[in-house]
Amino acid sequence: MGETKESLFKGGAFLIEDLTGEDIITPEDFTDEHKMIAKTTEDFVVGDVLPKVDNLENHEFEHSVELLKKAGELGLLGADVPEEYGGLALDKISSSLITEKFARAGGFSITHGAHVGIGSLPIVFFGNDEQKEKYLPKLATGELLAAYALTEPSSGSDALGAKATAKLNEAGTHYILNGEKQWITNSAFADVFIVYAKIDGEHFSAFIVERDYPGVSTGPEEKKMGIKSSSTRTLVLEDAEVPVENLLGEKGRGHIIAFNILNVGRYKLAIGGVGGAKRALELAVGYTNQRKQFNTPISSFSLTKEKLGTMGAHTYANESAVYRTVGLFEQRMGSLTDEQLKDGREVARAIAEYQIECSMNKYMCTELLDFVADEAVQLHGGYGFMQEYEVERIYRDSRINRIFEGTNEINRLLVPGTLLKKAMKGELPLFEKATTLQEELMMMMPEEVGTETLEQEKYLVRNAKKMVLLGAGLAAQKYMQKIEQEQEILVNLADMVAEVYNMESAILRTEKAIQQSGEEKNNLKVLYTQVYVQEAFNRIEADAKETLIAVEEGDTLRMMLSSLRKLTRHTPTNVIAKKREIAAQIIEAEKYIV
Amino acid sequence: MNIYVLLKKTFDTEEKIVVSNGQIEDDSAEFIINPYDEYAVEEAIKQRDEHGGEVTVVTIGDEDSEKQLRTALAMGADKAVLINTEDDLEDGDQFSTAKILETYFEDKDADLILAGNVAIDEASGQVGPRLATRLGISYVTTITGLTISGDTAQIEKDVEGDVEKIECPLPLLVTCQQGLNEPRYPSLPGIMKAKKKPLAELEIDDLDLDEDDLEPKTKTLEIFMPQEKQAGRVLEGEPDAQVKELVSLLKNEAKVL
Repeated sequence: MGETKESLFKGGAFLIEDLTGEDIITPEDFTDEHKMIAKTTEDFVVGDVLPKVDNLENHEFEHSVELLKKAGELGLLGADVPEEYGGLALDKISSSLITEKFARAGGFSITHGAHVGIGSLPIVFFGNDEQKEKYLPKLATGELLAAYALTEPSSGSDALGAKATAKLNEAGTHYILNGEKQWITNSAFADVFIVYAKIDGEHFSAFIVERDYPGVSTGPEEKKMGIKSSSTRTLVLEDAEVPVENLLGEKGRGHIIAFNILNVGRYKLAIGGVGGAKRALELAVGYTNQRKQFNTPISSFSLTKEKLGTMGAHTYANESAVYRTVGLFEQRMGSLTDEQLKDGREVARAIAEYQIECSMNKYMCTELLDFVADEAVQLHGGYGFMQEYEVERIYRDSRINRIFEGTNEINRLLVPGTLLKKAMKGELPLFEKATTLQEELMMMMPEEVGTETLEQEKYLVRNAKKMVLLGAGLAAQKYMQKIEQEQEILVNLADMVAEVYNMESAILRTEKAIQQSGEEKNNLKVLYTQVYVQEAFNRIEADAKETLIAVEEGDTLRMMLSSLRKLTRHTPTNVIAKKREIAAQIIEAEKYIV
Repeated sequence: MNIYVLLKKTFDTEEKIVVSNGQIEDDSAEFIINPYDEYAVEEAIKQRDEHGGEVTVVTIGDEDSEKQLRTALAMGADKAVLINTEDDLEDGDQFSTAKILETYFEDKDADLILAGNVAIDEASGQVGPRLATRLGISYVTTITGLTISGDTAQIEKDVEGDVEKIECPLPLLVTCQQGLNEPRYPSLPGIMKAKKKPLAELEIDDLDLDEDDLEPKTKTLEIFMPQEKQAGRVLEGEPDAQVKELVSLLKNEAKVL
């Protein structure tokens, strides 16, 4: 990786760099092995998990354990585990595809995700050799199952405010843990819990806690709105005796582990969101093709097409964005030596570089799922409200995604916050760009947009980036350090930034696909991109306007609004017509296709 | 034991068939291992695991057939052979396929050859039996059970829902029917290993064949979609009247009585 490339691969750099399709990884780059891994996962989910969904929804968790063990036999638990510890050490695209295909399993995908992701990865990334040796081979096969215990009744978003304590016993052999961890996925059957507690009430630290240790117990099963297939209980620690060697990472450095694991949890949820959206869309289009009203399949009505077209375009943009992020991990890890790759911390660091992308993907893709699931229920009419229909479960299962792994609000606040931090540290020249932009806008003449495919979309994304810089620059100038208190503005910026990432990811993916196999074969990708970019641009424009109005007033405001108008000048795409074209292809295929 | 599997790629069962200009469109179709051939692969692996030896999967196809071969290797087969006829053979039928395989097997010492009962696309069910005949070995079709001890195979064969038990010496060719086994999913370690397993590619030239030797013995006259099913009719009224109407319809409209 050359130096110039390096700058492209910096987290957040997409805001200021001009990229081409070549620079990103897209689903069209998946290899045959990737596809086979996806297929095995899908076959397992459809063939083994789905027949058990009713049992799982009824909390018959012996099936969860059995299914996880079978998944282990197939290698579906070892993708992120190093080879020397019995895993497969697959690339992140492979493990992402596993996550995507598991999404269809509803609550069980959360069971799987909690085990392989937040449950096992703390040890993969931060365990010492003995800990890895002891736990990873068994976690990779499913002989041991894992859970992650961070949240407490009084600390959710404020995770570091945990009250659980740890105290070294007099003999110095054990930490004695006390406290209560809430909403712990897999808690009915997990053998190993990653637990956060404060040593001596102040040093936030992580521990590997086995279920059988004295003083460890779980509460009753929670009654939840959705993901009922997954087990959720309280983990109770009453003078729990945890051997000193089970301290994970360093004393007082638990926040580093928590922070890194959150990044992973976030992008994995995003991928799950895309997988779930694809399934909901498939159910919706299948139903609308078969359901007749007024002697006509309801998929023939143009309003149905509008819905299917929007669902398709959103799915495409988010899928492009999240796999672009996974590609970034790969590109970054590609620059690591074998030695570094063996050090889990380095891998975690490579992922952490993209915390902005992970957060954006999290809120965008989980909201994609909520939107698509909601429309899928709507397209089912009254039947969508009935439990015999899978879409009813998808709708309920979807809702939690916007809440866990950092609420979408917290994730939104993190995005501009992290960008500004990077700018202040000099990692991203955001302020320089914002200053030159303000000068540039004074002189700016309307740009002639070419008629080539994607020309208009590229123009819009360029201008959208400028709108972000304009808004962020003005807000940073005005509020300085106090910007943290302007949460509405931060959230507007977070939305704009994420829309830019999605738009650009769709454009670059489509551009790359056209380079690879020509425009004719990629006509649907072009349509998705045109629709998404136009609508996202409209949303960005509204956010930018609202932001400017909140930040400035009087003549400056009028001047800024006039600059904004220069940036938004374009001949809009006819999205209604394009959505009909998209829908025609989805209706024909009866599923999400590209 | 030297075990061979004959494998064909077919349209994914989820694919919609589109006929245009008298041809089935396969441009953007997804392909899978013919489901009956999957039983053959699974059985071959099980027999090898029990008796030792090697499983070789053979297909006749094009460059893209490599994908299905890799899947079979990922399931656990040891070697794969792709006889690529893409550039040499414009048309082929069951004769051509059997002829190519016959030539391929001439110098092979096969103890057991497994194939699918039929391919789900053209469903002729001919290739296996024709090949066995040409090779001069026994064959049993539509098997649902196979136990080998020494040089003898105990076979259960599906006969229109009944079971026929057959004993037969090796070498032997069998075609596999649903119920024989439950094909495994390729495991992830299997998928990763499959990359490194040998996959040989041959052309008909390598078998000393040319297009003339393989000229099909049949001609496809027409390909068309089955007529779309019409909506059914529900008869109404008293049972007696309904029966009368039904009989009259069967006689006069459907003309089956």
